[in-house]
Amino acid sequence: MTTAVADTLEEHHDDHGPAKGIGRWLFSTNHKDIGTMYLVFSLCMFFIGGAMAMVIRSELAIPGLQFVHPEFFNQMTTMHALIMVFGAVMPAFVGLANWMIPLMIGAPDMALPRMNNWSFWILPVAFGILLSTLFMPGGAPAGGWTMYPPLVLQTGDAFPFLIFSVHLMGISSIMGSINVIVTIINMRAPDMTLLKMPMFVWTWLITAYLLIAVMPVLAGAVTMLLTDQFFGTSFFLAAGGGDPVMFQHIFWFFGHPEVYIMILPAFGVVSEIIPTFSRKPLFGHDSMVYAASCIAFLSFIVWAHHMFTVGMPFTGQLFFMFATMLIAVPTGVKIFNWVATMWRGAMTFETPMLFSLAFVFLFTIGGFSGLMLALAPADVQYHDTYFVVAHFHYVLVPGSVFAIMAGAYYWLPKWTGHMYNETLGKIHFWTSTIFVNLTFFPMHFLGLAGMPRRIPDYSTQFADFNTIASIGAIGFGLSQLLFVAVLLTSKRGAKATAEVWDNPTTLEWTVPSPAPFHTFDTPPKLDDSVGFH
Amino acid sequence: MIRNLILSLLGLTAVGTAKAEWALNMPKGVTDLSQETYDLHMMGFWWCVGIGAIVFGVMIYSLFKHRKSSGVEPAKFSHSTTAEVIWTAIPVVILVLMAVPTAETMVKLEDSRDPDMSIVVTGYQWKWHYKYQDTGVAFYSSLAQSSLEARRKGAETDPFAVPNYLLDVDNPVVVPRGAKVRLLVTSNDVIHSWWVPDLAIKKDAIPGIVNETWFKANEIGTYRGQCTELCGKDHGYMPVVVEVVEPEAYEAWLQSRTENAAVAAN
Repeated sequence: MTTAVADTLEEHHDDHGPAKGIGRWLFSTNHKDIGTMYLVFSLCMFFIGGAMAMVIRSELAIPGLQFVHPEFFNQMTTMHALIMVFGAVMPAFVGLANWMIPLMIGAPDMALPRMNNWSFWILPVAFGILLSTLFMPGGAPAGGWTMYPPLVLQTGDAFPFLIFSVHLMGISSIMGSINVIVTIINMRAPDMTLLKMPMFVWTWLITAYLLIAVMPVLAGAVTMLLTDQFFGTSFFLAAGGGDPVMFQHIFWFFGHPEVYIMILPAFGVVSEIIPTFSRKPLFGHDSMVYAASCIAFLSFIVWAHHMFTVGMPFTGQLFFMFATMLIAVPTGVKIFNWVATMWRGAMTFETPMLFSLAFVFLFTIGGFSGLMLALAPADVQYHDTYFVVAHFHYVLVPGSVFAIMAGAYYWLPKWTGHMYNETLGKIHFWTSTIFVNLTFFPMHFLGLAGMPRRIPDYSTQFADFNTIASIGAIGFGLSQLLFVAVLLTSKRGAKATAEVWDNPTTLEWTVPSPAPFHTFDTPPKLDDSVGFH
Repeated sequence: MIRNLILSLLGLTAVGTAKAEWALNMPKGVTDLSQETYDLHMMGFWWCVGIGAIVFGVMIYSLFKHRKSSGVEPAKFSHSTTAEVIWTAIPVVILVLMAVPTAETMVKLEDSRDPDMSIVVTGYQWKWHYKYQDTGVAFYSSLAQSSLEARRKGAETDPFAVPNYLLDVDNPVVVPRGAKVRLLVTSNDVIHSWWVPDLAIKKDAIPGIVNETWFKANEIGTYRGQCTELCGKDHGYMPVVVEVVEPEAYEAWLQSRTENAAVAAN
């Protein structure tokens, strides 16, 4: 363990704590405050997007239309996806990055603190615009989060607002990732070579490059939609010589790396937690780095596996099938290494560990269905059915969201200075895990039996599993209120020590809990026990 | 059996009589390629089950054996190149084993040469149009009247009382058994997708593009599917129904359709 924790307040006469009142948050350039804002924002979006999921699952609980019209149902599926992807999962990881990356590499703050402020405050504006479309003539976007033309061009007044809010989300993400890259490359503690960096920092570095590479592609695609709609171009309109399939290629060139943008930091979080609670170093740290890099590279050459039914040339289908199957190799390495980390450790099962273990189990199930989806002829049957819905919810909910929860519980004592309520945390874990499976596992059967996704009503043979899924969804939604209860009571627990857990190895555990407003004003010295070798 | 068990567990007893068969798995279908597709699906599934049994087995063993409460001392090892090479190499071998039969099936799926007949399938918001090439037969196919009442919000009619709720049409596609049917799939407005699980065919209907696919059904029967690409508010209400009949019955159907078309033209 390192010892050099700067006692900032006494060393710097010109130093100051947080500003008073609302100004502390509006004008903040402090990575911890901005991280907190990202996390709180993400939680709010998680509940808004979750409420939309409740509308969807309530309508689908039994055959027939009970609550909403098909138009509104489509608005709900579209908005649920946009909000969960861009509003809940991505900002949560940026929040964790803001809080933890400087602490884990021994930096005093993010490299570009004013841009940090800006990249956060763009988000509430973007989502304010997006949510306001619910009240516009024609309603919110209803063409699916994938925004395929020509359907998306039938959106009402909401259309330009949708495009503008996606642009804003992209700008925010790009600024956030520039910040992450500059911070990691330039501000590591002197002895922290790249391969000594903790896995969470590594996976975020890779994620940030992915974001910079693909968010402009998305921006380009939606801008072409905008000009097709308002300025007489025909990029995607067959009548004017354009090609609707080209949009899908461009979208998924963004969309597939986006999938890994949402899962790589999750890999990072569980790669921190499993070693701590196994009391054993992460198995194969370097090969984990290489595996994550491989996954990131492969993510750029598999996009058309979302498009096996659009009528691609045969050789194209073969290429995208083989490339997709290859992803199983580095992903397998990751899973095997986590299991090897647990192997012959001395495990304890606090809430962060429980969420991480569930992550390994359930993400693997999502990986299995992903492997099946890679087989092109079988994908023709699975494509756009509930099998796909089951697949991506398995990797996103007990995958990304569970990792975010795990990270939140893991670092909460560092943030608040108090131990959270462990019993409540465990109840939250078990209810979430049971209900998440009750929700999404039956969807595999629905898809295989022939139920298409994005339909507000279905034939009666799909009734039973839909009812089960709806019960699970409502249970999962209610379970998340327990997380709010954990947060609200988080200051009541016992005082947390600096280490919090049993001999964790990364730098954030060398500063006091709660982490002071300013940390690492002088860079820490690493000794041999820090890092992973 | 299982369904009734689950239903009784959940206390859901409102099961009507018109419930179609209930399925857990992908249908084997009625074409050679749907059978092959099913076999590929099961191959992928059993590989996953096998790998899962090993990985989860090791993990569960570790969760019980290597816990602090049983007084173990944590080991110190943190890498093993041998292990890494093994669990990189074995998945590669498994993937090759999976890729070869899959690619063989894909070759067959692509081979739409020498069809016995061709049908142009055009997607509309929200119905299908079928045009039998080289005959005068062409018609729209929309959601059947029987589902229309029950599909409305707050409808009085119970969906369970409607036979093939949302999966029935006014004018089904009729094709002869054993004929190689080529479909030319396109759209008149937004993107749709034509899917019949029992034929293992799903092809996007895209404006400005004509996609090609084919099937050869081995068994007579009625096969149902749906539009699978979100196409607007009534996306859930444009089913596909294919009736496979004996060749003689098909000729008779074609004859009556052609006469109807002639009468209509006069």
